[in-house]
Amino acid sequence: MITSMTFIIALYIFVLAGFTGYIVISRVPSILHTPLMSGSNFIHGIVVVGALSVLFSATNVAEQVIGFFGVLLGAGNVMGGYVVTDRMLAMFRPSTKPATTSDEKKAQS
Amino acid sequence: MSAIEYIVGLSGLVASALFIYGLKGMSSPTTAVRGIVAAGWGMVCVVAVCFLEIFNVAEDARPYLPVNIGLAVLALLLGGLWAGRKGRTVEMTAMPQMVALFNAMGGGAAAAVAAVAFLKHESSAPLPLGVTALGGLIGCVSFSGSIIAWAKLDGRMNQPLRFGGQQAFNATIFAGTLLLAGLTVCSQLEPAPVSGPFAALFFIGALAFGICMTVPIGGADMPVVISLYNAFTGLAVGLDGYVMSNPALMVAGMIVGSAGTLLTVLMAKAMNRSLSNVLFSNFGATSTQAKGPEGEMKSVGPDDAATSMRYASSVIIIPGYGLAVAQAQQKLYEFVKLLQAAGVDVKFAIHPVAGRMPGHMNVLLAEAGVPYDMIYDMEDINDSFATTDVALIIGANDVVNPSARTDKTSPIYGMPILNADQARQVFVIKRGQGTGYSGVQNPLFFLKNTAMVYGDAQAVLSKMVETLKGLGSN
Repeated sequence: MITSMTFIIALYIFVLAGFTGYIVISRVPSILHTPLMSGSNFIHGIVVVGALSVLFSATNVAEQVIGFFGVLLGAGNVMGGYVVTDRMLAMFRPSTKPATTSDEKKAQS
Repeated sequence: MSAIEYIVGLSGLVASALFIYGLKGMSSPTTAVRGIVAAGWGMVCVVAVCFLEIFNVAEDARPYLPVNIGLAVLALLLGGLWAGRKGRTVEMTAMPQMVALFNAMGGGAAAAVAAVAFLKHESSAPLPLGVTALGGLIGCVSFSGSIIAWAKLDGRMNQPLRFGGQQAFNATIFAGTLLLAGLTVCSQLEPAPVSGPFAALFFIGALAFGICMTVPIGGADMPVVISLYNAFTGLAVGLDGYVMSNPALMVAGMIVGSAGTLLTVLMAKAMNRSLSNVLFSNFGATSTQAKGPEGEMKSVGPDDAATSMRYASSVIIIPGYGLAVAQAQQKLYEFVKLLQAAGVDVKFAIHPVAGRMPGHMNVLLAEAGVPYDMIYDMEDINDSFATTDVALIIGANDVVNPSARTDKTSPIYGMPILNADQARQVFVIKRGQGTGYSGVQNPLFFLKNTAMVYGDAQAVLSKMVETLKGLGSN
């Protein structure tokens, strides 16, 4: 499992990915913070891929049991996170009326 | 590198890029749906391609492969179907505990991956072993902590559990867990390790610490805690990615880790408290019986309040979680549409910590059909209260408490609040004369421009709607 990826390259990935997350999220308006939280929750569900790798190469019962629960929990994380985020985002709608006063004010600010 | 490794690696790259694109899309409600769909395709791609690894497993795992594949498909189906059904049916008011539960699952999966990394013992170098231990620790804390957070938000655990010397007790558990982590790592440095007992105790200790750390934290602080554990899970996934040499896990995990940390800090700031204060201060434990504000609360009937809003030129509505508890969002929007038809300028003002998680109130209003461009953040609207005719407060309390500005002895002193008290007239719809979530009395209710409308939000708003219909639209 642990190959020759050097520590420095790993550090590059961590730091740059950390910055990316910071920059991308700092622009999200607070109106969308709940979907953002469930959306990022969905994204860390990628751990299911790690759990799948572990399960595929399991060679004894202990590894199979732990791997099974890893995939089970990871799949729940992915599916649940996606469904609730999608459901919430679909509910956000703009005003149907053409340009109300509040729209104009928002555009100016 | 075999062809399969190339394809798996590239699928991870595609997924990482789609995740970033998806999160970027969340900066506006118009692009957010497209964003999450893109991220979803990224996940489908990386999970599907992951199955190619079955052609590439080590020699000793070949005999187990058919069983392992069966288990994998079964686990994916069970986990996915259960969570998908839960996610589709959960009430919007119950969203925070749902997110906590899904987060717990991610943390548990991350811990499981770390546990197997120890079991397989494929490295005896200190660095990967240390990272594995850290990933396991954070994953376990996130798992058990999130489950406690879920229980608290779901009303299964109503009182924070606190006892004397709790900090010292928790610190001892944490130190013990670290010691076990050290022993596990040290024993794994040997070529033929006997680390089973150490590793098992280490994981149990980490799970126990997650529980102990979360039980004393009050329900009002759970949003911050969930956000923190969300970041924790991300971090654990990222560390697992390093252990498994899987850059996709590293990127996705770290993005969530840093995004979650930023969100956590923003939320703590909105409550004017530091993160350590949230985690370790036992907020609200000793609600100092401060002398309540003197004076009398005035009360008016719903019909009078509705009439005066009908003839106002501007109204700002401040909804709190009490509105959602009364399930009155739909009624409220019906009332607002009638006001708008009568030419009143209506806006919603949302405090950053309204509801049970950040942005929760926005979701609840969106569910009722309120367009998002009528909804304003605190910073954007706070200066408008002074020029507004009516502020209507429904089921909110602490977020409009002026003593946060003036009274240094108040537990919520320093918390930024919505300046509802500056409006010419304030109406407060409230069930009774009780205090808010923090147990603090609210002087706003005693101001001379404030009138209380007592009753259940649903019933009061129904009466207000009737009143407006009776008045006609002119």
